[in-house]
Amino acid sequence: MRTSPSIAAVALAIVAFLTAFLVIPVVTVVYTAFSDGQGGFTLAHFAAFAGISLMRESFANSLFVAATTVGLATLIAVPLAYLTVRFQFRGAILIQTLGVLPLVMPAFVGAAAMQLLFGRSGSVNLLLKDAFGVTIPLMEGLNGVIFVETLHYFPFILLNLSASLANIDSSMEEAAQNLGASGWRLFRKVVFPLAMPGYIAGASLVFIKVFDDLGTPLVLNVTNMLAPQAYLRVTSIGMEDPIGYVICVILVAFSVGAMGGSWWFVKRRDYALVSRGGVQAPKRRLTPWQSVLAYGWIAGMLFLVLSPHIGILLMSLSKVWSFTVLPEQFTLAHYATVFTDAKQMIWNTFLYCGLAALIDVAIGTAIAYIVLRTALPGRQLLDHLVTVALAMPGLVLGIGYLRTFKGVDLPFGGGALTASWVIFVLAYSVRRLPYALRSCMAALTQVHPALEEAAQNVGAGRWSTIRRVVVPLMMGGILAGFVTSFITAAAEISETILLTSRESLAPMSYGIYLYFQSVLGRGPGAALGVIAVSLVALGTYLSHRLVAASSPHQSSGGHA
Amino acid sequence: MKPVGVDIRNIALSFGATQVLKDITVSVEPGEFFALLGPSGSGKSTLLRLIAGFNQHQHGEVLIDGRDVTGTPPWKRNVGMVFQNYALWPHMTVQQNVAFGLEERKFPRDEIREKVAAALELVGLSALGKRRPGQLSGGQQQRVAIARTLAIEPQVLLLDEPLSNLDAKLRVQTRQELVKLQRRLGITTIFVTHDQEEALTTCHRIAVMDEGVIQQVGTPMDLFDFPVNRFVAQFVGSVNLFAGAFRREGGALRFSSPKLGEVTLPAGIVEPPSGDFDLAFRPHAVHFVEGDAAPPGLALDGAVEGAEFLGEFLRYEIRVGAAVVTADIPHARGRAPIAPGTAVALSVPAAELRFVSA
Repeated sequence: MRTSPSIAAVALAIVAFLTAFLVIPVVTVVYTAFSDGQGGFTLAHFAAFAGISLMRESFANSLFVAATTVGLATLIAVPLAYLTVRFQFRGAILIQTLGVLPLVMPAFVGAAAMQLLFGRSGSVNLLLKDAFGVTIPLMEGLNGVIFVETLHYFPFILLNLSASLANIDSSMEEAAQNLGASGWRLFRKVVFPLAMPGYIAGASLVFIKVFDDLGTPLVLNVTNMLAPQAYLRVTSIGMEDPIGYVICVILVAFSVGAMGGSWWFVKRRDYALVSRGGVQAPKRRLTPWQSVLAYGWIAGMLFLVLSPHIGILLMSLSKVWSFTVLPEQFTLAHYATVFTDAKQMIWNTFLYCGLAALIDVAIGTAIAYIVLRTALPGRQLLDHLVTVALAMPGLVLGIGYLRTFKGVDLPFGGGALTASWVIFVLAYSVRRLPYALRSCMAALTQVHPALEEAAQNVGAGRWSTIRRVVVPLMMGGILAGFVTSFITAAAEISETILLTSRESLAPMSYGIYLYFQSVLGRGPGAALGVIAVSLVALGTYLSHRLVAASSPHQSSGGHA
Repeated sequence: MKPVGVDIRNIALSFGATQVLKDITVSVEPGEFFALLGPSGSGKSTLLRLIAGFNQHQHGEVLIDGRDVTGTPPWKRNVGMVFQNYALWPHMTVQQNVAFGLEERKFPRDEIREKVAAALELVGLSALGKRRPGQLSGGQQQRVAIARTLAIEPQVLLLDEPLSNLDAKLRVQTRQELVKLQRRLGITTIFVTHDQEEALTTCHRIAVMDEGVIQQVGTPMDLFDFPVNRFVAQFVGSVNLFAGAFRREGGALRFSSPKLGEVTLPAGIVEPPSGDFDLAFRPHAVHFVEGDAAPPGLALDGAVEGAEFLGEFLRYEIRVGAAVVTADIPHARGRAPIAPGTAVALSVPAAELRFVSA
């Protein structure tokens, strides 16, 4: 297909947008970390970083927390994934619930509730102390971060691993059985290695998310980790302090390393053979003992996973709640407070996230079309640029924005860019673009090119075809992409904390964080949290419905 | 290792309400190359998987070397199976794939190395041990699958459509190698295929299956020459089949068919027992009668409707009454086909006429 100049213009505009709001801020951060201030290259800042014992400790802690979380999440997710995919039993719906529940609540929101349930004088420890005179330091220091993050992020491994397991051709396992393998050895030597791509994808994602997370440690008052240190350096010492940038470079390096590593690992081995034939393994029956173990495991996990949700709900409804197992007096006053005090924040969230999601689906649709339907030279670059956004920690982008756009004013007398609401829209749209793009790509892949050719054959031009055929057929995917971008932006905290220059600009996520800073604010914070979680849950449900509703309609054109 | 026999006795198997195997009884002799031949859905793969232990039957028993293996899990059976898609594990090298079964059997390391080398040598892939399956061609992958199975020295070798993923030329070559290998090792082998040519060319005996029932067991020539029913006659080779009724009239056997009309059958043909029987003869048994001297045999008069040239022979469609008879006539260089519409007299030797049950 001939490439029209207008397509090239659209592509260039997208590249310009991503360069300005993704590449330049990140490059600025990296440049600052290696710059001696006179335009020369230096490693002195890194040496300074290594010379501060708190920094060395933070680095070790961040690595330890991320690695331990991956390990624990694996322990939770692997049995659950294996159960759903390989055994006949009624708990499958429970496991699916387990896989979605944590994702609808931002980790830092759950963290406050977990403190009340599992903290030193939380419900569980009060009960244990009364009964046995012992307490478990689940929420002490790094333990708390690991505990909260594990329960929040294990679904990434569960979902990816389940998909991978379901794709393994049954003959792969039968061949191993035929040659004498069974049980644990069969799982360890054949099943798990074959499911590796899914496991690695999930595990590397968990590692990155935990390594970069700012909100959870801050809410739990853990500051001896990398992300909180970067935040504290930049906010307390100032934008000129190079140590914050050094930390950012470390965060970026690990993110890129983990993503690149997982990509390299899957690419290195030829897994294409695995799903040939496409016969899924028959599901086995559980023996009575296995059933007891399976249901016990699921029930335990369900309890843990639900605890932040229940905790936040109780917090939002309780008058006072401390040193008691459950709150003793209930009230709706916190919701009333939130609706009077935080109205602006709720509105801000809708404005920022709505506009950001709109930008995302517009760019996502355009990139999907350019990559999949045109022969524009270098079109893959667009896709790669967006993938870069996926690997960029919010903290790094936030710091990059503050530094790059310092002193840049909005046109028409809008004041400083970094002090306006526009910066939120830009930051959210860049960070969440990968989600919208995946959704749009998937939708366009399902639209058979013949449907477009038919439109052109009866006289529709390129733009007319896009507007009247392509976009309507992609609509389910576009809407799902919009919802995903919206809800993930609404739950964003790292960038938000950095970019909020005054309270009137703050979105809900910042509001929750702010409320949690004081003991008195817990109630309203939790109430705002419940509202946010309901919003995210509703959005998640909607996007699932949209995807489900649109796929049969789209496949009607799919005769290759 | 001493070859062993496989006895299938009164096997019945259902998946839910669907009866897949219905009272199957068949014996595979020690050292025999035995084929299960049938169309898709005939139950042949189900039967093979049952011998491997992947399907559980509801009735009957499976005996390997005289021992009932019902209830023995697949990993304790010592029957080697080569899967249709080869099922090579992509995360292991060729050597690791072949060593897998030996490791499961806890062989010492040195012995594993020797046996892996021997198995790869056997299939001519010694040089490729370090490769991964994804780096091999389809034919090489198939050899690895066979080596992996033979390495454990199974009592019985099961082959599930092993040639179906190869291209036509490679299929013939691999088929011949498979036969040589089986003859050399003398291992009892059961081969599932839907391709009659594959079964006829490789196997000592064949069980023809349809709708979960064994229709006939016999040597390739038996099946071709003496099919017992309409299904076997049609599935193994091409055939002319005519439904009708027999009656004895004077000394002669008369056959009246709604399509073929009323014909007199030649003397010497064995009269079938009463019941529903079809008259059957192969296209290559039909001759054109030239001149007036009609040879002994079934005589039919018809007219040429069309002809396909297949190189070695011409396949004529000849209208006889309301029926169409297929006749394969050998081709000689330069001979022109008979034009459509030409009247021809046909003859089929008495020895080539068969009655098959419907």
